[in-house]
Amino acid sequence: MASRIWIFAVVVAVFLSLSSFSSAQDLQIVNAERRIDLSSHIVKAFLTLKVENIGKDPAADMLLAFPPTQIKNLAMVQALAVTGKKKKKTYLPLDVKPSEHPDAPNDAGYFLVSFASPLGPGETVTLEVLYILTHSLEPFPVEITQSESQLVYYRDSAVILSPYHIKQQTTFFKTPSTRVESFTSIEPANRAGKEIKYGPYEDRAPHSYAPVIVHFENNSPFAVVEELVREIEISHWGSLQITENYRLTHGGARHKGVFSRVEYQSRRSISGSSSFNALLAVLPPRVNSVYYRDDIGNISTSHLRTGFKKSELEFEPRYPLFGGWKATFVIGYRVPLEDYLFEAPDGRRYLNFTFGCPLVETIVNKLTLKVVLPEGSKDPSAVLPFTVNQDLQVKYSYLDIVGRTVVVLQKDNVVPTHNVPFQVYYTFKPIYMLAEPLMLVSAFFSVFVASLAYVHIDLNIVKK
Amino acid sequence: MATLESPPLGTPSAMRSAFGTVLSALILLLIGVLAFSIRLFSVIKYESVIHEFDPYFNYRVTQFLSKNGIYEFWNWFDDRTWYPLGRVIGGTVYPGLTLTAGTIWWALNAINIPLSVETVCVFTAPVFSAFASWATYLLTKEVKGSGAGLAAAALLAMVPSYISRSVAGSYDNEAVAIFALIFTFYLYIKTLNTGSLFYATLNAIAYFYMVCSWGGYTFIINLIPMHVLLCIVTGRYSPRLYIAYAPLVVLGTLLAALVPVVGFNAVLTSEHFASFLVFIIIHVVALVYYIKGILSPKMFKVAVTLVVSIGLVVCLIVVAVLVALVASSPTGGWSGRSLSLLDPTYASKYIPIIASVSEHQPPTWPSYFMDINVLAFLVPAGIIACFSPLSDASSFVVLYIVMSVYFSGVMVRLMLVLAPAACIMSGIALSQAFDVFTASIKYQLGRSANSKDDAEDNTSTNNAPKDDSSSGKTDKGEEVAKERPSKKGKKKEREPADKPSVKSKILKKRALVLPLEASIVALLLLIMLGAFYVIHCVWAAAEAYSAPSIVLTSQSRDGLHVFDDFRESYAWLSHNTDVDDKVASWWDYGYQTTAMANRTVIVDNNTWNNTHIATVGTAMSSPEKAAWEIFNSLDVKYVLVVFGGLIGYPSDDINKFLWMVRIGGGVFPHIKEADYLRDGNYRIDSEATPTMLNCLMYKLSYYRFVETDGKGYDRVRRTEIGKKNFKLTHFEEVFTSHHWMVRIYKLKPQKNRIRGRAKKLKLKTSSGLDSKPAKKNPWI
Repeated sequence: MASRIWIFAVVVAVFLSLSSFSSAQDLQIVNAERRIDLSSHIVKAFLTLKVENIGKDPAADMLLAFPPTQIKNLAMVQALAVTGKKKKKTYLPLDVKPSEHPDAPNDAGYFLVSFASPLGPGETVTLEVLYILTHSLEPFPVEITQSESQLVYYRDSAVILSPYHIKQQTTFFKTPSTRVESFTSIEPANRAGKEIKYGPYEDRAPHSYAPVIVHFENNSPFAVVEELVREIEISHWGSLQITENYRLTHGGARHKGVFSRVEYQSRRSISGSSSFNALLAVLPPRVNSVYYRDDIGNISTSHLRTGFKKSELEFEPRYPLFGGWKATFVIGYRVPLEDYLFEAPDGRRYLNFTFGCPLVETIVNKLTLKVVLPEGSKDPSAVLPFTVNQDLQVKYSYLDIVGRTVVVLQKDNVVPTHNVPFQVYYTFKPIYMLAEPLMLVSAFFSVFVASLAYVHIDLNIVKK
Repeated sequence: MATLESPPLGTPSAMRSAFGTVLSALILLLIGVLAFSIRLFSVIKYESVIHEFDPYFNYRVTQFLSKNGIYEFWNWFDDRTWYPLGRVIGGTVYPGLTLTAGTIWWALNAINIPLSVETVCVFTAPVFSAFASWATYLLTKEVKGSGAGLAAAALLAMVPSYISRSVAGSYDNEAVAIFALIFTFYLYIKTLNTGSLFYATLNAIAYFYMVCSWGGYTFIINLIPMHVLLCIVTGRYSPRLYIAYAPLVVLGTLLAALVPVVGFNAVLTSEHFASFLVFIIIHVVALVYYIKGILSPKMFKVAVTLVVSIGLVVCLIVVAVLVALVASSPTGGWSGRSLSLLDPTYASKYIPIIASVSEHQPPTWPSYFMDINVLAFLVPAGIIACFSPLSDASSFVVLYIVMSVYFSGVMVRLMLVLAPAACIMSGIALSQAFDVFTASIKYQLGRSANSKDDAEDNTSTNNAPKDDSSSGKTDKGEEVAKERPSKKGKKKEREPADKPSVKSKILKKRALVLPLEASIVALLLLIMLGAFYVIHCVWAAAEAYSAPSIVLTSQSRDGLHVFDDFRESYAWLSHNTDVDDKVASWWDYGYQTTAMANRTVIVDNNTWNNTHIATVGTAMSSPEKAAWEIFNSLDVKYVLVVFGGLIGYPSDDINKFLWMVRIGGGVFPHIKEADYLRDGNYRIDSEATPTMLNCLMYKLSYYRFVETDGKGYDRVRRTEIGKKNFKLTHFEEVFTSHHWMVRIYKLKPQKNRIRGRAKKLKLKTSSGLDSKPAKKNPWI
């Protein structure tokens, strides 16, 4: 009951604050359709918007609004402009930037989508927006035993939060199974199989908000990497050595009480259905020297399948992961240098590698990517399609004297969609490759010269 | 300034000597490589990982040292073990191994070779076995020349007994201690042969390193005095003996007292008394020799009677003091482990905790063959060779082998001390045998080839036909066998030494000559013996001694099957329990739990507190409720048991259980071994006693075991278990590893009080409250 009052209060507050917030009111959304995929713990929302300029001036951009509960879990927003009809559809990626509006009602967050060409008065454009939410499924009950399956809450609004007037809109929630405990009903709302449909709703004012809760079963693996440190070491002798340190946890409902191995082994279908014990990492093709271990040694449960397009490493943690259980491990591998290191037209070299986490269907809370450049490299710079924190460090490896420059890229809340190529540019003179061999040669040489001298020099004070 | 002896450099003998030096250096290098690489089977077949139990503790200490530095290390009070007592690591550990590996790690990192502490620890033992074989070369060279040295070094590089303790990953004290032992002996012999104070000082430092490394240093400090005494008794006293011994005792004892774990034990315990006694004796003898030198024979006789009477009195007083000291301490001044050396039955009679360790048991005959193989047959020959002629050095190695044979017969662990002695003896034997056979072949061939030539020509032509004639064939054979270069080098080494004396000793040589055929056959047999030894050693290194024991493998039809349950459950503990939780298990798993799971344990493999171990043993042998109370009083949150019944892993807790009962019963008499045995038989099937079927260890091991196959068939005991369906009331299963080898239970929290009882208690307390104000009132 209390929650109802709270929801009502929010709605009222939203409406009241509307007048104080004046955005570009000369756009309106003719038709909006939202499909939210709840089948894994990464929530994907596909938004199709038909936007019309009803003002007098051309509009260069539009805003997408997100409630404050979602904005902090928002991993990624992508927008595409659709042109053409039916079969001749073409998609044009649009620029999306977070945008600050301090006077936004109820701390709503905004993203600014820039149109490919300004939208003239009376014109319409169709946008496809994809946004991904992490940590948005809240387990309820919070703790489950081994034999229970996992139920989660998903909270959202039945109507799309938008600073524009929406003429007509529909929202679909897709659940992983037909088992739905409950969902908030805002007429017209109905459920068919795995799909819950809200709407169509007509003529909703800007910043309308109608909270809904969907309570459903979700037993997909909630694999969350709390921290991932990937180190890519470039050796100009012909290989890239990649070392990935994982701190994995099961982010679903916490495990309660006993863990019985006999039940887990004999009644696999109903016992520990929300737990997982197999993970899949997609590694580059031509990968070699793969290892999988942790602090206390090798973990002997893994299979590697190499292919032309990609390699797949199927592996198991030491023990099955139930809700709240943690595990750490390291995956390391080597790939040939010529596949990833190129020379830019201006003489600089650049590494072209994939950002993100190789594990499929996994959220990474904190990803640190370190690119260790060879000793003697200068002027490093990284090019990425999204913003990350950048830093420079120095690392000393085998027989280094001046140390190697390390480009550190750090990003929070990383999802598989972030697995896109990035580049690190640097300058390097090949003569530095010879520094360490020459050092070794001279060290051995001096040892032999010293022993030669020792044998031939008479150190006795008195002649015998 | 330049070449000192330039004229002889051009002569063939000098060239050959230089060539011999280079060749033996090369052979030594190869022996080092062999010693290192034969120990890498464990890394190649399994992985680069620390083995067994004690190495995990050493590894953990090394990690601490490399992280916190030497001063923190000396002051380290470890609160993660022996809860709630803790353990002062810095003062109770032999720091040699840890400091060695820590220094290596530090040096490598200083020149930017970023090896992990684990890698350094894994490879410390193989590196030091290479050092040990070089030390063996030096020692044997001092005794019987470099030919014997090379043979002994090659034998030691691959002796199975030493391999068993020094494969890659076996990061234990013995790994460096054997090197220190041999090197100390080498420096002692070197001092004895040269009389140089420089070597005497080095000897004391080497002894210090040995004291740092291993409790077995008492072997040195008893063996060397025995040898000194032997020399004195057999009339071999010399100033060199004095130089070799006196500085060692003074400096060595002072240095040994610097090691915290030894401290004043270096002068207080009876293991060291023999050295002091001999120290006194050698001074008396030295004095006697001195006086003999300055007095006339007549005066000397008078002096002798005087000194003997006074000396007797002094000795009596000293002996009386010693006896009083020894008698005043509870174990007679001897620690339990040392006592069990002198009286093999001592430990099993009085100290079950020592007797419960398999490596403290006397070895069986097959284990001699397994561990030293053909050396056992070569040793007697070596002893005989040492007596012709007997020198100070050769009498020392004879004494060494005699003592180590005795000690290895007491405790299987000390087979390790026997191994170097056996290698030295066999090296000497092989070298002498080869000398005799090749010399007679040479002689016979020379005689048949040019019998009319005189002796001088004989010697020079001897070497020429050797390369292409029939004896060259045996040489080739040696090279093919690839471990045999030692003998070849030895021959090269010995020839120049023998040559000048060939003419003079030609008569003697003729007396030793054997028939050609017999020599060749004997040589071939010796080579076969050596080849057999090599094959056996490689087999032992690859198959018998390389398993890391935390990972088990089994060969099945569909390939290799890996049982990694120990690490599975340690990893689970480390990631899914609170960092301050206490884990109770039998002491075997203490070191591994602290090192791999980083959790506090109640008891561990450093069995210093018998009562504490007995408490855990009692808890394991008690019924559930009593056990819960004991564990709860120790703040234990998890209990870990090892169970092999599902996959047939024999060294599990049920098989060790009788020791828990014995050790527990030794301190808490209500645990009686007889209650767990049915007619003297230890069984877990339906015939087992009710005490057995209701004890905690039985319940934790077999909880819900029957549900796996419906019958509860235990594959280790090869029987169905006695009690199949039962519930746990005070413990709950929180983790069981994939093959059920490790099972972890959590202590259930105390139950809420039942209403009826609570009411009663309330009444009691309320009445108590009522009475209190009544008492207090008068004061107000």
